[in-house]
Amino acid sequence: MSDDRDKLLERAIARHQSSGDALIEILHVAQQLYGYLSRPLLKTIARRLKLPPSRVLGVATFYHLFRFSPPKAHSAVVCMGTACYVAGGTELMAALHGRCGANPDKWTMEAGRCLGSCGLAPVVICDGVALSRVTPAQLEAVIEETHDGRSS
Amino acid sequence: MTAEVLNQTSQAERERQHKLKDRILCCTVAGCLSAGAEAVRTALQEEVQAQGRSSEIEVCGTGCMGLCCRGPLVRSSAADVVYAEVKPQDARALVNGDQSHFEERVIRPDHPFYAGQRRIILANSGKADPELVVDYLAMGGYQSLLRAATEMVPEEIIAEVKKSGLRGRGGAGYPTGLKWELVARHPSPVRYVICNADEGDPGAFMNRSVLEGDPHRVLEGMAIAGRAVGAQQGYIYARGESPLAIARVKTAIEQARREGLLGGRVFDSTFHFQIDVRIGAGAYVCGEETALIASIEGKRGQPVPRPPYPPESGLWGRPTLINNVETFANIPTIIEKGGDWFASIGAKASPGTKVFALAGRVMRTGLVEVPIGTPLRTILFDLGGGVPAGYEFKAAQTGGPAGGCIPAEYLDLPMDYDSLTRIGTMMGSGGLIVMDTSSCMVDVARFFMEFCMDESCGKCIPCRAGTVQMHDILARMTRGEGHESDFAMLEALSGLLKETSLCGLGLAAPNPVLSTLRHFRNEYDAHVRDRRCPAGSCRIPVATEASA
Repeated sequence: MSDDRDKLLERAIARHQSSGDALIEILHVAQQLYGYLSRPLLKTIARRLKLPPSRVLGVATFYHLFRFSPPKAHSAVVCMGTACYVAGGTELMAALHGRCGANPDKWTMEAGRCLGSCGLAPVVICDGVALSRVTPAQLEAVIEETHDGRSS
Repeated sequence: MTAEVLNQTSQAERERQHKLKDRILCCTVAGCLSAGAEAVRTALQEEVQAQGRSSEIEVCGTGCMGLCCRGPLVRSSAADVVYAEVKPQDARALVNGDQSHFEERVIRPDHPFYAGQRRIILANSGKADPELVVDYLAMGGYQSLLRAATEMVPEEIIAEVKKSGLRGRGGAGYPTGLKWELVARHPSPVRYVICNADEGDPGAFMNRSVLEGDPHRVLEGMAIAGRAVGAQQGYIYARGESPLAIARVKTAIEQARREGLLGGRVFDSTFHFQIDVRIGAGAYVCGEETALIASIEGKRGQPVPRPPYPPESGLWGRPTLINNVETFANIPTIIEKGGDWFASIGAKASPGTKVFALAGRVMRTGLVEVPIGTPLRTILFDLGGGVPAGYEFKAAQTGGPAGGCIPAEYLDLPMDYDSLTRIGTMMGSGGLIVMDTSSCMVDVARFFMEFCMDESCGKCIPCRAGTVQMHDILARMTRGEGHESDFAMLEALSGLLKETSLCGLGLAAPNPVLSTLRHFRNEYDAHVRDRRCPAGSCRIPVATEASA
């Protein structure tokens, strides 16, 4: 499994002729393959692209979409774009924390950037599924029934 | 592909579609997909199969039909109606054209939401499948590129764009033709074209819908720009947060390459043009052109001082043309119908149409395209259906975190670049968020300042530190802890940011504050003097007898 991922990463680097310009592209590929960007992984990328590790870490940490720790079992992203904020994003965030806050190891809870589904505001993405025009009660119910929000 | 093949292919496809009894088009853009459009499409396909009518009825995807709040939307071309809130169990009635089954869910072209619109950029949405290049060809696609590559010299293309009066749709409204000319005149042998698709304003989803719903239109516009300015390489810088748009654009590029519409010797001419996609990674500042260029070069998305502007020294130090998605999407139509035709639409100083993303406290939310200069009242009340019952319209926010608000007294203001600037806001990229009496304007200002504070890249101090200071003051006000002296401080900091920040993010960050201060000073006063939120949305602790 891990061999495959290494090979795929290597292929992506080769496709960009090991060019430092492609750093962000390579980081995207690496995160897709491994789920997150570990320090050893960043070092490998730096070596392969012939860039100082400081440059690679600097670029990776500049952008919001790159993660540096393994993804948790579940994730909930409350959209905090203007439309969702006006439609009650804050209450949804409070409900989410109330329901999952006791389980920080299992849940990634995030206030997300505008998802662009403003016509359906407020929106929460729960394990990749978009819940639209969701109320705090509905969100709690979804967490409870499908994602085992309370148990450890 | 040659001119002959292009014409034959599009003609054959038009005839094939014409022979069908019905073409059922399901919206497959993000909004409707999150409302369950994929299941609806599958159900429709199965129903057509089950009835054994695959040869006469075709089910396919299409771009945004606008009325996102009532998705999933499905359009029947034969009946020319849009069905709203379609569920998989509606499949049989829909395939059979049984409109009575849908009752008030049948939306006709004369519905107020559609009647007030004029669609140029969204012309193919609801009519063509974004994943089929042949559909775009059937709609007359790539004919403009054919003309640009084989019949027109670059100067003619630029002259046509200048004549159209098209202004940049990214927000600033710089005349597109002039920008093209600057790049074309530069002596450098290598030039680039970049499509700025880093639509980061919260509440804006126009560009993303165009890319998801009609990607070939953007590619064609970019290729024509490439021909006009003498570039052979184009980049689309897309948001990492919109995977569907990225996938659609990549598919479209692949198709266009295969058909010889992009790549070497386009239409057997001497024109070469490649387009590659670069994916952003979630940094709002990358919408700023110098930061965007840094990001394409694989660096941190931090802006550099201008001048030199990108038309002089941009990507890898070469002259670079950067336009917004919507700007490019206008180009094929301008070449097809001429600059004079385009100039006759919309406002005199800013011709054409503008796509707005209508969201917030309004009955019908979604995507609308109207001639520039349409009054806000028409957009909000005729198209949007007004604010929910029991509430009153308070303000509309345009231009996202860099813009400002339009209060009720300016409802009849024509929505064009110059009128909006005059009242302290801006056109921006087209986000239009409606607030009613339940929204607190102080909190809205705080919300945008928080956004700018999070998104400040940290390179220049006025922006990095100033946004934090301003946010602190606004947050204090929303907690009922503001002081009278805060007003002077807010104004001083606003002036500082506007005068000394390096890039647009910091320069524009005070705008929502200044705009709300200008139009809703009474709400600020209520928070600071009376420790009270008129909208009732800020949680201000009630003063006890002793402390009051």
